[in-house]
Amino acid sequence: MSGTDDIPTVDYVSGTGVPIRGNDIDTDQIIPARFMKVVTFDGLGQFAFFDQRFDDDDTQKDHPMNEEQFKDASVMVVNSNFGCGSSREHAPQALMRWGIDALVGESFAEIFAGNCLALGIPTVTADSETVTALQEWVDENPDGTIDVDVEAETVTYGDTTVDVTVDDAQRRALVDGVWDTTALMKSNAQAVREKAQSLPYVTLDE
Amino acid sequence: MSKGTLYDKVWDEHTVTELPTGQTQLFVGLHLIHEVTSPQAFGMLRERDMEVAYPELTHATVDHIVPTADQSRPYGDDAAEEMMKELEENVREAGINFSDPTSGNQGIVHVIGPEQGITQPGKTIVCGDSHTSTHGAFGALAFGIGTSQIRDVLATGCIAFEKQKVRKIEVTGELGDGVEAKDVILEIIRRLGTDGGVGYVYEYAGEAIENLDMEGRMSICNMSIEGGARAGYINPDETTYEWLAETDEFVDDPEKFERLKPYWESIRSDEDAEYDDVVTIDGDELEPVVTWGTTPGQGVGITQPIPAPEDLPADKQDTARRAQEHMRVTPGETMEGYEIDVAFLGSCTNARLADLRRAAKLVKGRQVADGVRAMVVPGSQRVQKQAEEEGLKDIFEEAGFTWRNAGCSMCLGMNEDQLEGDEACASSSNRNFIGRQGSKDGRTILMNPRMVVAAAIEGHVTDVREMKEVNVA
Ligand code: SF4
Repeated sequence: MSGTDDIPTVDYVSGTGVPIRGNDIDTDQIIPARFMKVVTFDGLGQFAFFDQRFDDDDTQKDHPMNEEQFKDASVMVVNSNFGCGSSREHAPQALMRWGIDALVGESFAEIFAGNCLALGIPTVTADSETVTALQEWVDENPDGTIDVDVEAETVTYGDTTVDVTVDDAQRRALVDGVWDTTALMKSNAQAVREKAQSLPYVTLDE
Repeated sequence: MSKGTLYDKVWDEHTVTELPTGQTQLFVGLHLIHEVTSPQAFGMLRERDMEVAYPELTHATVDHIVPTADQSRPYGDDAAEEMMKELEENVREAGINFSDPTSGNQGIVHVIGPEQGITQPGKTIVCGDSHTSTHGAFGALAFGIGTSQIRDVLATGCIAFEKQKVRKIEVTGELGDGVEAKDVILEIIRRLGTDGGVGYVYEYAGEAIENLDMEGRMSICNMSIEGGARAGYINPDETTYEWLAETDEFVDDPEKFERLKPYWESIRSDEDAEYDDVVTIDGDELEPVVTWGTTPGQGVGITQPIPAPEDLPADKQDTARRAQEHMRVTPGETMEGYEIDVAFLGSCTNARLADLRRAAKLVKGRQVADGVRAMVVPGSQRVQKQAEEEGLKDIFEEAGFTWRNAGCSMCLGMNEDQLEGDEACASSSNRNFIGRQGSKDGRTILMNPRMVVAAAIEGHVTDVREMKEVNVA
């Protein structure tokens, strides 16, 4: 899966699922604010959904992300308005670092979806019945593979293939491999250097 | 679409290419970094095995969490110490210039750039801080950016941006006695709204702007973001060049100054430049402005009545009602006489030498009112040192102000300087959001720096024009 100029295209994500049920799950639940006074996103994975997963005394609560059978999941199946609330980039960072590569849900908050895109994580949507059916299937088949086809806008699990929706701009960015502005701009490094040298005030170290 | 403005010219000068996303890849001439927003970006860089592309065009300082009282290491707050250590390591590894507290050059990022002369006309400047707009005072194109964008700049020396519209805000006439740049920008935000600038870059122009010193120009550009504009700028002129000539960059290198001046001149907006919008404000009419609410747009002239929510536009009524409840103010009354508990003279809006000098003239020979906690937090170590040498520190301390080390301090309450309970604070900073100064019940009243010290002395919000000043020898 390598796109032009070293930016991976994300036309396809494949892996086992984890169901996270509930509407309006906000970014404060995904990553509580007290974990934000950190110098790197590196360790955020362990804090994903922390207050849902652990008691005050750190004992584990009942939560899918604590279950052995879901611990290698890479496709999160959620309900509506997932990721609402503050715009913190820490939220998708935490999910990604926990292991999530794609989200399937009824709907996503706009800024959250945008932040996911900046990390190359697709957020695909389907109607409530489809999502509920998928969540039930994941419960019964924790080792079953879910194929999220971003380009074809389908999700396949077991013998079932369903149509899903991917926002146009998101699909283009992921499929064409232009979602990563860092890589995109880095591929123009020579032109950048020439631009720098042409500016009267710039003196570069050699 | 605008044409021939400084914005258009600097944009064109720095355009590398158009990206397939539809955005423009813009070269960044100066990347300023600080301890709070850069560590995650360095982490992402390491994760991808990338290096800082242009360390020589990057400059670091500490300001947000640095303690302004006891600065001995390790800092009392472990998280602050960790962030500081992280920054030290990152800049050392990458070979980035660092104005650290032992250098004598440390200070708020938007104070030190201009004072060292690295902020220059015609540069593109970015920083992971929304008040980066400050640097536009020099005719730079300066924007605040987010964490992923910091990574972009570190890794590539560029930023992906969409071009915005340009609104010219012309302030005509002459500002009256006691009326400062801060009042001009508070009035602009009051009129155009906190979201009036969304999608725009502001060009400030007109006689009243041209007559401002650089400190005043910075106060105005600083708060562009409170008006919704990500950037604001003023065309460079002789005032700009005089400031620059004295800075580290040029004081020993007049040749470089002469070499760059034609470029600075060339990026000024053309006489016949085209703007997407033009707004005119009569500077003669302005008076000191103070806020009565919990957004910077909720301001009012010191002699004017606080508006009744029902007299405001429909979409503003609800927030106004809640703000007035929080602030405990009554429509129809003026803000004069509103009692304060704290006075904060500081922040990147108003903690430069000229601000402190003007405020000191008013303070000399007077006393802070009983029960008022008043503090002066210089914007940088250089401002602090110069002010101490000029005797300003003594004037403030004799009057009962505490004198702190340089940093953001109570502007955002990330270090130990915070409001407590429902304290009311006369503040020279830029944001009066609920909780901004460290207490969710705290009440912030924004105003110009002389109004702040006047309030400290009287114990309540007061019209500075009624106070006489004493000349500082
Ligand atoms: S002084 Fe306040 S507004 Fe300025 S950079 Fe510091 S925290 Fe931000």
